[in-house]
Amino acid sequence: MHLFLFLLFAMLCVGGAVNLLIQQKTINSALSLIVVMGSLALIYLLLGAEFVAVIQVIVYAGAIMVLFVFVIMLLNAGAEEYSPGSLVARIVGIPGLLVGSAIAVGVFLRHGQQQLVPIGALYGPADKVGILIFTKYLLAFEVTSVLVLIAIMGAVVLARRSDS
Amino acid sequence: MIPLSWYLLLSAFLFACGVTGFLTKRNIITLFMSIELMLNGVNLSFVAFATHLGTLDGHVFVFFVMVVAAAEAAVGLAIIISVYRTRETLNVDRVNLLKL
Repeated sequence: MHLFLFLLFAMLCVGGAVNLLIQQKTINSALSLIVVMGSLALIYLLLGAEFVAVIQVIVYAGAIMVLFVFVIMLLNAGAEEYSPGSLVARIVGIPGLLVGSAIAVGVFLRHGQQQLVPIGALYGPADKVGILIFTKYLLAFEVTSVLVLIAIMGAVVLARRSDS
Repeated sequence: MIPLSWYLLLSAFLFACGVTGFLTKRNIITLFMSIELMLNGVNLSFVAFATHLGTLDGHVFVFFVMVVAAAEAAVGLAIIISVYRTRETLNVDRVNLLKL
């Protein structure tokens, strides 16, 4: 059952990621990215990462993707213009891709079967993660709050019409 | 019961898709979505390694990655709107004012 669920959501992830690459219209890419994020949330649930799954849906599939779709609609972004890639990218990229996937498959075949993860292996509910955030990572948490404040002000300043 | 490396392989695939999209796409919004895809791949890696090590620290790091991604998306999309207002295009090849 676990294997079936993992394979189902992994296939959805892979399909969404590939669909993001091959779609020409931006809105279709955005919708397939939402598919990727939703199925990733379910994979997090399979790993027992309850809090991460919830904030994946709320923050990523909710807030960030709504922002993306809003900007796509606002700017009326239609089909993508095609321009040929550079020759260097092809010369370096295709062998790089082959070498990278060869390394990945090699590592997978040599060490792939070592640790088996049962369903919900490391249970991470919101209270346990919250305790960790507010004790061990308190400084980082406070710094990110300042970062978010700066980002809000930066977004407002950048998006404002500057004719006044 | 499935091997840990399958999660890591999926994570690597998502990251590779993000890199490919970032290098091949020309629409600036699609580039941003490719970056989000890369961050998602890294997040899956974090959660898988948290399970491997048996500590919840990986989950906290995913939280911080999401905060930074949200901030980045807000500022980035504001920049996109600003660029579109001045250049009337979303193609990154045409945003070349700084090019010699």
